[in-house]
Amino acid sequence: MSDIASRLDAPARIQVSKTYKLYVGGKFPRSESGRVYEVTDSKGQWLANAPLGTRKDARDAVVAARAAVKGWSGTTAYNRGQVLYRVAEMLQGRREQFAAEVATAEGISGKKAAALVDAAIDRWVWYAGWTDKVAQIAGGANPVAGPYFNLSTPEPSGVVGVVAPQSGYGFSFLGLVSAIAPVIATGNTVVVAAAADAPLPALSLGEVLATSDLPGGVVNVISGRTADIAPTLASHQDVNGLDLSGAIAAEGPGSATELEAAAADTLKRVIRPALDQAALDWTNAPGTERLLSFLETKTVWHPMGI
Amino acid sequence: MAKNNKKAEETVTPKGRLFEYAPAPESPAAAGDIATSYGHFIGGEFVDSSGSEALKTVNPATEQVLAEFAQGTDEDVDRAVAAARKAFTDWSALPGSERAKYLFRIARIIQERSRELAVLESIDNGKPIRETRDVDLPLVAAHFFYYAGWADKLDYAGYGANPKPLGVAGQVIPWNFPLLMLAWKIAPALATGNTVVLKPAETTPLTALRFAEICRQAGLPKGVVNIVTGDGRTGAALTAHPDVNKVAFTGSTPVGRAIAKQIAGTRKKLSLELGGKAANIVFDDAPIDQAVEGIVNGIFFNQGHVCCAGSRLLVQESIQDELLDALKRRMATLRVGDPLDKNTDIGAINSAAQLARITELSLAGEAEGAERWSPACELPSAGYWFRPTLFTGVSQAHRIAREEIFGPVLSVLTFRTPTEAVEKANNTPFGLSAGIWTEKGSRILWMANQLKAGVVWANTFNKFDPTSPFGGYKESGYGREGGRHGLEAYLDV
Repeated sequence: MSDIASRLDAPARIQVSKTYKLYVGGKFPRSESGRVYEVTDSKGQWLANAPLGTRKDARDAVVAARAAVKGWSGTTAYNRGQVLYRVAEMLQGRREQFAAEVATAEGISGKKAAALVDAAIDRWVWYAGWTDKVAQIAGGANPVAGPYFNLSTPEPSGVVGVVAPQSGYGFSFLGLVSAIAPVIATGNTVVVAAAADAPLPALSLGEVLATSDLPGGVVNVISGRTADIAPTLASHQDVNGLDLSGAIAAEGPGSATELEAAAADTLKRVIRPALDQAALDWTNAPGTERLLSFLETKTVWHPMGI
Repeated sequence: MAKNNKKAEETVTPKGRLFEYAPAPESPAAAGDIATSYGHFIGGEFVDSSGSEALKTVNPATEQVLAEFAQGTDEDVDRAVAAARKAFTDWSALPGSERAKYLFRIARIIQERSRELAVLESIDNGKPIRETRDVDLPLVAAHFFYYAGWADKLDYAGYGANPKPLGVAGQVIPWNFPLLMLAWKIAPALATGNTVVLKPAETTPLTALRFAEICRQAGLPKGVVNIVTGDGRTGAALTAHPDVNKVAFTGSTPVGRAIAKQIAGTRKKLSLELGGKAANIVFDDAPIDQAVEGIVNGIFFNQGHVCCAGSRLLVQESIQDELLDALKRRMATLRVGDPLDKNTDIGAINSAAQLARITELSLAGEAEGAERWSPACELPSAGYWFRPTLFTGVSQAHRIAREEIFGPVLSVLTFRTPTEAVEKANNTPFGLSAGIWTEKGSRILWMANQLKAGVVWANTFNKFDPTSPFGGYKESGYGREGGRHGLEAYLDV
């Protein structure tokens, strides 16, 4: 009794606010720049400081992603599916936190934001189930005209750079998940350039991934200016694929055209952004396009005989 | 007959005389009439170029000019794309079952005219008649047969119901398999309802122009297939054309890279089949004789003008001497010479420019310290020729281990463990193909899993089939040709 009474008399409790950090190689570093930038809600109110990730941060993230390729692509599809499902489980427990972040990031009501988080959780479940089925829809035996065993199998491309969606309904979290989940479901690893103006859900996702049995380095999240981070990923020699979903600059560094041209130097596999990104609705059924975009078909021949 | 025979050729190996062969020449007349000059094939008609520049195609085995052909201008490309655009409306609306019948017709006519096409291909390209007759032409016909059958079954191809074609496809193909690359491009494009403008290579335009005749015989609607000839300038005009919806290119990685840059920011769909530097990996338990045949087929097939050639031999250290002895013995029996001789194994190098590149890279191999070996064999006095060549003592840093030579030159490296073999095999920006030779099944599957290559041949090499997807990892390009996978490159999915 006396405890409660004394608490009621005490001044209002000061909330412990979070320091947002990058997510690289399974760890939560600050930017090597030592700098942050202000993240505001849709009305311009300060929400938090986010790390101002640099080109160097992006390169470090690629190194981490490359180091994770062998283990992640080498794990069984069944195991990858369980890890992705674990992400959904972890998210479910933090639903309210993400709903609040999405509401401020996109300027929508808490109810709508919660529905978008639910959809994002369900999307992890959808892709969790795909891990051990994609080879059966994308591969198969080929009836060659000769005494040969011939089998085509899809394999991950390797490291994929994702310029996270920056517009469209649900972009800040459901769009982000829709870009990341299919890429890692098939065994790729990713470096995400978080939406520059709305990076908080992406940075928080790192915390969820870190507690979902996902090996460090499989997903790496960098916040900062798209014009710094995206060109680094596009021109990086050790990146195999590039998702330009969030390339919104009309021209210059960070524009889809420049990024695609830079990606051509190492012949990266590229997903182009939608023609009208603002009109996108990330709640639409995803289909298999993204799942199949960063896969290589390997065909193995062997003679048959006795 | 015997009276006019030249002295029978003798093959001398380190073990003595093995075989004697009398020449068995195919008749060049079987190639049919070759015109003195060609224009383009646009809108179902053979038409003159808007420009006056003409190129010459030569027989690389004799250096004799076979024909002149037009250097396609921007205006020519524009006309061809317009013809393809016009034809697209009706062609894409045609029921798949009807499109299929045109493709079946084409396949049949190719079979009927296969001797003519095989001889013409051999003359224009320099490759042995035995290869055009037994490999290229059967595969060309088979490719049209295969995709003909898809035209009315696209709903079942795994791309959803009623997948749509892209529109006009601009296709640029290389000189190493002129008609086969044409088939790989045109058959899936037409089956899926696209129309095409195809540019053959500037050293091998003749079979593509002959194919235009076949389109006419098949009654293919005008403008569905257009052929525009010329060099890289024409190709660049085609891939850059704003009314082209799809670009398909087979050729070198630098050009593929340039095309990918050129179309950045457009909505054109792109598929690229580019260079390679394949490792052919031989383990100590491999059957040596079979492996030697596979190595020879891997690098000397088609004079080594093969993007997926097994140009890096990785041999397990413990069997290096035995394998190389056997390989040299086998190489000494290879017959280099007249492509129209049915006994010829290695024909002419396709062009003076390619011969210069092979020569330059081989000299670089010597200069960098690798040991060069070729069997003694006489080469014809005219034409472009290169002896089958082996380099030993090659390190991974040597240019001949890193760069695509695209000729009959094999670089030999060694390894001790399977892990080392995988590391060396994957140590290249390319990733088109690879070979594995071992009797151990689990090792084959492990190796195949580890190798970053689009096609892995285990205990065989250089096998192709229309049902089997072909294409590379990394800088060997993207997209697949052949099989169900090959449809995706031509569908709006």
